[in-house]
Amino acid sequence: MDWRDLQMGEYSGVTGKTTDFNDDTLLKISKKAREYIIRMVYEAKSGHPGGSLSIIDVLTYLYFNEMNIDPTDQNLAYRDRLIMSKGHASPALYTILALRGFFPVELLMGFRKINSKLEGHVHRGVPGVETSTGSLGQGLGIGLGMALAAKLDSKSYRVFVILGDGEIEEGNIWETMMAASKYKTSNLIAILDRNRVQLDDMTENVMPMGDISAKAASFGWDVTEFNGHDFRDIRRAFAFASQKREKPVFLIANTVKGKGVSYMENTSKYHGSPPANQEEFEKALKEIGAT
Amino acid sequence: MSSESLREKYGEKLVALGESHKEIVVLDADLSSSTRTGMFGKKFPERFFNMGISEQSMVTAAAGLALSGKKAFVSTFAVFLTRTYEQIRQSVCYNNIDVKFVVTHSGITVGEDGATHQIIEDTGIMCGLPNMKVIVPADTVEVSSLMDYLVEKTRTPYYVRLSREKFPVVNQPDYKFIEGKNTVLRDGSDLTIFCNGSMVGHALIAAEELKHQAIDAAVINVSSMKPFDRENIIKYAKSTGHILTAEEHSIYNGLGSRVAEVVSEEYPVSVVRIGMRDTFGKSGKSWELFDYFHMGIKDIVDAGVKCFLEEDKYETVS
Repeated sequence: MDWRDLQMGEYSGVTGKTTDFNDDTLLKISKKAREYIIRMVYEAKSGHPGGSLSIIDVLTYLYFNEMNIDPTDQNLAYRDRLIMSKGHASPALYTILALRGFFPVELLMGFRKINSKLEGHVHRGVPGVETSTGSLGQGLGIGLGMALAAKLDSKSYRVFVILGDGEIEEGNIWETMMAASKYKTSNLIAILDRNRVQLDDMTENVMPMGDISAKAASFGWDVTEFNGHDFRDIRRAFAFASQKREKPVFLIANTVKGKGVSYMENTSKYHGSPPANQEEFEKALKEIGAT
Repeated sequence: MSSESLREKYGEKLVALGESHKEIVVLDADLSSSTRTGMFGKKFPERFFNMGISEQSMVTAAAGLALSGKKAFVSTFAVFLTRTYEQIRQSVCYNNIDVKFVVTHSGITVGEDGATHQIIEDTGIMCGLPNMKVIVPADTVEVSSLMDYLVEKTRTPYYVRLSREKFPVVNQPDYKFIEGKNTVLRDGSDLTIFCNGSMVGHALIAAEELKHQAIDAAVINVSSMKPFDRENIIKYAKSTGHILTAEEHSIYNGLGSRVAEVVSEEYPVSVVRIGMRDTFGKSGKSWELFDYFHMGIKDIVDAGVKCFLEEDKYETVS
């Protein structure tokens, strides 16, 4: 099976080393991914749809158009690495890995269940996952270590780290922001899912973030912002990240929490809660345009 | 017994092993001159990362390096590593990867720096972590053999507890560290002193003094806190019937607690624990602190004698 099946609307994985899809195809994939995210959390009766829906377009682009990976050889030495530092967005990562062909999509429905490897938060036992995450603030440091290892081994792979905006309240992030600048890890690319909502409330109410772009730049990173739901703009941001440079890269993805499901958008209510009932579930699928 | 620096030996071994094992990387947090990782840094600057006073960043970066096939040694003072307990838990132990935490300046032998720097609860904290193994070496011979073992035979997380002070050499030159095995340094039939780290030297001297009081004490080095040599402990509980434990650590969640657990589950005998109580340390010379906190040689001797006094009293009453 390959991506053509998916275009026909089947739940099949896309295998093969590289793909180069146009924006329309990426949109179809992310729509399918959104559907799975909703199905997974509703089936599990728990999980984090809000921050999964906000980052899924960026993830779709990364796994289908940007990263040098091969689902048939997960230990490829020169593969690009991705760390989902905001490990509660496990529905998004698991879904995209399945759609990309790392494991059968049928397994997604085992999410958070006793006999499944699909742990509530991102788990390294799942094919394609580079490190377990779930406690916030640690993924950027892990990414730095991987980036340092690439330099030591003269390998050209890149390390992508997805951060939540609430997550950067952690001190570990800023320690690593300094260290990455010191070691000039230009192969380290942080992507901030700037959806402006965290568990309790809007980020600006919980902890005012100020000018994140200026903060990252002052820590010695090359920074750009983009619309995290517009594939053309996502494409532009990663073209910027791919330019030859001396510094690590900090991409700020301006996103919408719960994107695609009206009642989940811009609220903390669905940060860590699934659709409350069958009615909400069906409304979500309908709005996503699930087939 | 001549005394030698365990952290100096650690630095030397890192350099020696770093030569033949290119996968070794070392991270420190602005204490490399004290932990002695600076020796490695001088020899192999490209594989040495001084992460600054940023322990969380250090531990997570070590995890990333280990996930990329490196063998990461992480060093700082024991007390400062514990601020990254959760990074150790999530990023290292849960991933079950090749990160070795070799910390120095543990316990009260930090001396003059005082309570803020004298960690007495670290072994307990680390033993509680799934996948983590915990070693408390007694001397330079043990550090040397342990380092060979860690580099050549292991690929999982370890916590190794070293000190600022020099410790007497108690092991034979041909000693080989075996994980999960206690070392009987002196055999005895009346009483067993289970000890580790700095307290091994104290216990050996105390055993000599107990001999003058007709008490034949075994001295056993329990450097492997996890895995734990239950078999050896049960054997000596049965053969001697009296147990003392001695550790430069809190008796809560330390060696004493673990020994008591084992004998209460398998073969209950009385266990008298010597170590830090529920208290912080304080400034002073380390030998003064041992006496201050009732952990000196005399305290071990007194506790040993008391085991038998109590027994006599009990027999008289009954």
